[in-house]
Formats: sequence, structure tokens, C-alpha cells
Amino acid sequence: MVYELLDAKDLCSYYDLSDRPGTIPPESGFDAQYGFLNDPAIESKLLEFKDSDISKVTFSIPSIHCASCIWLLEKLHDIKSEILQTQVNFPKRELSITFRNDQITLKQVVELLVKIGYEPYISLEDLDKNETHSTDNRLYYQLGVTGFAFANIMIFSLPGYFAPETIEPTLKLMFKYFSLSLALPVLFYSAQDYFISAWNGLIHRGVNMDVPISLGISALFLQSLFEILTSTGDGYLDSLSGLVFFLLIGKVFQKKTYNLLSFDRDYKSYFPLAVTIIKNGKEKSAPVTELQQGDRIVVRNQELIPADSILMDGACDIDYSFVTGEADPVRKEVGDLIYAGGRQIGGIIELEVVKEASQSYLTRLWNDDAFTDSKDGQIITLANRVSAWFTLAVLSVAVSGTIYWSFSDSISAVLVFASVLIVACPCALALSTPFTLGTTLRIFGRNNLFLKNVTVVETMSKIDTIIFDKTGTLTVNKPTGIEFDGTELTAKELSMIKSVAHQSTHPQSVKISQSMETDELKPVIDYIEKTGYGIQGSIREHIIKIGSAAWIENIPEQFKPTDNTSKVFVAIDGIFRGAFRIGTEFRSGLNELLQSLASCRLVMMSGDNEQDWDILSRLFPKRTDLLFNRTPHDKLEYVKEQQAQGHRTLMIGDGLNDAGALAKSDVGIAVTDDTSSFSPACDALISGDSLHKLETFLRFSRISMRIIIVSFILSFLYNFVGLSFAVTGQLSPVVSAILMPLSSISIVLFTTMTTQYYGKLIRL
Amino acid sequence: MLIIILLVSASFIVALGFLIAFIWAVRSGQFEDKFTPSVRMLFDDSKSQESIEL
Repeated sequence: MVYELLDAKDLCSYYDLSDRPGTIPPESGFDAQYGFLNDPAIESKLLEFKDSDISKVTFSIPSIHCASCIWLLEKLHDIKSEILQTQVNFPKRELSITFRNDQITLKQVVELLVKIGYEPYISLEDLDKNETHSTDNRLYYQLGVTGFAFANIMIFSLPGYFAPETIEPTLKLMFKYFSLSLALPVLFYSAQDYFISAWNGLIHRGVNMDVPISLGISALFLQSLFEILTSTGDGYLDSLSGLVFFLLIGKVFQKKTYNLLSFDRDYKSYFPLAVTIIKNGKEKSAPVTELQQGDRIVVRNQELIPADSILMDGACDIDYSFVTGEADPVRKEVGDLIYAGGRQIGGIIELEVVKEASQSYLTRLWNDDAFTDSKDGQIITLANRVSAWFTLAVLSVAVSGTIYWSFSDSISAVLVFASVLIVACPCALALSTPFTLGTTLRIFGRNNLFLKNVTVVETMSKIDTIIFDKTGTLTVNKPTGIEFDGTELTAKELSMIKSVAHQSTHPQSVKISQSMETDELKPVIDYIEKTGYGIQGSIREHIIKIGSAAWIENIPEQFKPTDNTSKVFVAIDGIFRGAFRIGTEFRSGLNELLQSLASCRLVMMSGDNEQDWDILSRLFPKRTDLLFNRTPHDKLEYVKEQQAQGHRTLMIGDGLNDAGALAKSDVGIAVTDDTSSFSPACDALISGDSLHKLETFLRFSRISMRIIIVSFILSFLYNFVGLSFAVTGQLSPVVSAILMPLSSISIVLFTTMTTQYYGKLIRL
Repeated sequence: MLIIILLVSASFIVALGFLIAFIWAVRSGQFEDKFTPSVRMLFDDSKSQESIEL
């Protein structure tokens, strides 16, 4: 099996693949599963490039995880000669394949990938993707151009700093005009985003950080232009290009993105791409988007119900855990309405669609405003608040300085005005936020908390209400915490129960069979599985029955299910033996976490029933609201209510049922045990093992904000020194050229080092 | 005087060359994936010559 090959590869043992020429029999239903890839419309949307004999396609493959994966996938052309070239992008978990389309179809390529264990992740989102990387690259271009201009302008300016008298006037003039022409692309290309952002800020939301920056850049340029054209001075073009260079570096640093993770997924990426439709007695694969009311569809074991539909044929247990948070599968009878988003457990069922996929109960949640409002617009960050005051202060100093000087010397008055704006340019101010928050983002990332962007850190620092989801967030989906009540079972009986339970794929059977320590599996004959009731099998004349209360006869009164806990009953040879109580296992460190969060208001909100009330009420501090049986809409409404009361909420959830609440909440953190698997749209992703550090994360976000405030004070001090030069009319290009980088670099060092230090201090 | 102009233009051309090289690097996608190439260069080519059946 290739799986074994890959397993061995985890140990990074590079062995010869041809040693084990194993072929895997194609799984039945391959055709049905990937048949849609033969549809030309879908194919053309997936392909990036196609001509008469070569096609190029890029797939997202979540299972890429080590260097050996790269090795194997980039050797695909040796496995199949029709594939010309493959290239892995590891951080994005992507594979680009170039293949000969006259010899192999897209479907065959995908099947090959599935065979070797790298199932590509193809979702509806891929079909309407229009992503471009131009914005990312533009920042690099801007940085490159500025760096080039900065270095050259410095070469031309250096002689002027140290020995201004020795330079010949013609040479000096040439240097100045050279510098001026180099500064033009810096101003109009590299710095344009600051002007655009400042302008947008001014019309929409008042003063942001880019307003004082733009003021400073404009003052620098205009003053230099004036000095150079009138031959009255050298100008400040060195400071100008240096400033833009440092600011852009800050921007690049802040822009740490986790390519691998997707924060903006919606239901589209959760839903299957294609469904099997029955038309005129024949099965046919069709895209979900073309599904119409009245279509007959076939759904197999472990597949998702793509649209609200009525069960026509077959037995079915629907697992809604991802949609509603309810842990136990729901039994459905022929004629019942099944909502989209549930996962079928059991055999093949036939459904008749009553609503199109985009109109279903589940997807309606996405029509809520919470998904269309962008949160970014609402946040007035600390930096923006400070820069509003800062701009006001600088302008008033500039004006009063000008008025003072205008009594004695009108030329100096204009000079002072420009100098104040130049020196007060908030370079240090503007750098403290990106470097502190960028460092914080990286420290969080090291601890498996992945933030969507840096503004989340600031919002996190203000949280006062934390809302937890239960299923999948506080609990782990692992087969432990199973207790047996009843007559003691012998080892032989235990292994018989395990053997029978092993036959079934029902989650409860799986949990029971995994909880037993014996490895021995006995052959089971006459195995029967009646969906919704239980299972039965014979081992050496013993008949073992496992299932619900309705499946097993003569259950003593004290064992009859009274409460809400899930119980599975066992009878051997018709004699009742006892019941398995399947409890829920909570994540480790939860108790300590919840106690340490006592300063915040805690809420637990679950779509599940009250079966775990006992445990939860002990886990959470007193006065915690424990809310059960909440629908996805209820959760969203609850978050809205809290926000209306002025609370700043942090929602922690995992499934689609939390999607609305996660999107609406000030900070929505999705818990995931596998970062490559689906997670709803959120502001941050946290790995399940790191959840217990939540309190530390919140504390660290507050520390980061304090570091920013301190560095603001520091940069005010720099400005104070600079301003005292400026208002007295002594600001020479040299002073400016020294002051600017000195303040910037010291602020960068201060913020990154203190943030790192505090990160170590609280052990992150 | 002349020599300085010559030097300045030479240094300018060299710097321009680096700028063009940088833009070319960004354009050809070298900044999109900064991890995989570091792993890829460690792979041996020799084994890939043998045919593998799947």
C-alpha cells in the first residue's frame, strides 16, 4: 500500500519506490466521485491553462506534510509519463501539475493522486476563484524601487554631510537633480498607498495613521523641491526615501500571512462539489450548483447532504454534529425532511431535493449581515486614535511656530512650518505598531494560534466576554470516557463484543470497539445491522446484541434510559448484561484555563442537549451561563445581544453551527485539531492542543498593547527633540538624516526585543 | 571631475542591474514560496530514473 510507503516516509527514510510495486484496486465509486471532472464546464474552471496538448492545473492538497511528500509529488512524471511536470508549493499545500491532455484526462490525474494518498481538495470555491497575487508582489516591487532610490540618494548625499565645501558646484547640482529624479518614483509609486489610505481615511473615518505620514512625506518633498529648484539648499530627499523604505519594511513585516490556512471559508468549501443524480434510471454526476428542486440524488456513507431534501429510500442516520453541535446522529425515516449539511452514516440513500443548495436551511445563515459586514471598518485602532491627536498637535505647533517667526522673518517662517512637518513625521510612531504586533503574531503562530491579521491582537486585548461552544471545542472527539454498568464481563465476552462492534461503522460502535483493549478479533457470522436500533452477530453459538433500548429485550427497570446521556445496551444470548455509557471527554487543561479566565464573563453555548450539564457546571466557575439547545441562529443572536449591551465578545467554536457567531463576534476563534481541515470563517485559528493557553494569549495581547503605548511615548520624546530643532529653525538635512533612521531603528529594536522578551517571560 | 561622473554612473548602472534582477525575481514567483526550494535542492536525482509502476 502506498499509505505504508508514506507512513515509512514520515521517518524520512528515502527508499526505492520500485521495491514495492503495489497497485491499489480502484475504490468502487471512483467514477461517481470524480465523474464531474469530465464535465467541460468544470474542467475549464479548474484548469489554469490549456492548449491543444498541454494543460496546467493547481490543486490544494491538505495531506502534504513533510519533505518526502514534496519528493514523491515532484517525481510524478516518473510514475506516469503523461504528466510532464509537477511543482509543490509547501506553505500553501498546493501542487501544480502540467500534463498532456491528449493522453490523460483531468479525472485520471486526480484519480492518480487519490491512489497515492494525496486526495486533492476540490471545492465550490475553486470554481469561482479569481485570486491574484498582484497586491503581495506590489509591496515587494515598491520596496525594491525604494531601496534602490534610497541607496543611490545616500551615495549622492554623503559627500554633502561630511565635506560640503570640497564638492564642485556643478557636481553638487548634478547630484541634487539625480536625487530628485530618483525620489519621484518613491513618491508617486512606492508611497502612493499612504496617500490613498490617508485620503480614504479623511473622507470616511477621520484621521488615521497614514494622514501624518502623508503630511510628512509631502512636506519633505515640497521643501526639497523648493530648495533644489531655487538652489537654496540640499533638500531632504535622503530622509524622504529612507522614511518610505522603513515604513515599507514595517508593512512587509506586519504582513505575515498563513497561506496554508484559510480564514474566509464559507459553506461552499464545506459542501461537496458534485452529487450523483438519478435521471431516467441512470446515475450521473452533476455539480451541486445545478441541483434543482425535484431532482433525485444518491448519497453514500459518510457523504454530505447537499440540499434540503426528503428521504425517499434507504435507512439513514444523519450526523449533524458539524451543523448543530449535537453529538449523536439523528435517525430519519422515509418521508422525513433532511436538512443540508448533515453527514449520512450507514448505507446508500436516495433523496428528493426540495430546495436548491444555495437556498437551504443551513446556507441561509450566510445571508445574515454578519458575513457581509467587514469588521475592519468598525475598529478604531489605538494607533489611529493617537495619530488624530498627534496630527492636531503637530499642526498647532507648526502654525504657532510660523506665527512667531513671521513677526521677524517671513522666509524663516515658511521654513519652520515645513521643518516641523518634516521632523514630526511619525516614522517611529508608525513603525511601533507593525513591529510589535507582527512579532506578537509570530509568537502566537509558534504556539499554534494563527491570527488572520494584526488588528486581531488589539481586539483580543479588549475582550471581556468569552463564549465557548461545547462539541468539538471543549470536548474532544476521541473514544474515551466509556463506562460499563452491569454484570461484570469476562475477557472472552469483552473480545466478543469488540468483534461484533467492530463490524459496524456507527460512531458509537466504533467508540465501543476502540475502547476495549483486547486485540483479538473473532470471526462473526450472521451479522445484522438495523440502522437506528443496533447490531447483532454470532460468535461460536453465542448471539451478541448491541444497541438501543428498543433493540434489546428485558432491560431491567433501573437501566431504562431516563436521562439524556447516550447509552448502548448489550445482551449476550438473550440475557441482558448491562449498558455502555458513552461520556464526553473534555480537553486537557480545561479546568485550569476556565479558572484563570475568571476575570472575564464566561458563557457556554451548545447546540447539544443538557446531558453534560453536571460536568460543565463543575468545570466552569460559578455564575457562568450554560446555554443548551441553541441553533446556529440563536448563537448569532446571542452574540449580537451581548454586543448591544456593550460587551466585547470572543467566540470560540469549531463547526458550521458556530459560523454565524464566529463571524459576528469581535474576535472569532475556530478550534481545529487539524489545520488543513475545514474550519468556518473566523479571525483566528487555534489548534486544539493550544486551547489551554488561551488565557496566556489574551494576557500577551494586552502586554503587546502596552508595549505599543510605551513605544509611542518614546517616539513622542524623539519628536520633542526634533521639534526643538525645527522651531528654532536649525533643522539641517544632516540632522534630519540622522534623526530619522536613528529613531526608527531604535523603535524597531525596542518593540521587537521587548515583545520577544515578554513572550519568553510568560512562556509562549 | 570626469572620473567621479564615470564612477557615479557605473555605480548607478550596477545598482540598476540589481533592481532589475530583484524585479525579475519577484515576477518569476521566487517570493511566493520561500520554503519548498530549500527542500527541493536536497533531493537526489539518481533514483528517479528507474520506472515506478502504480
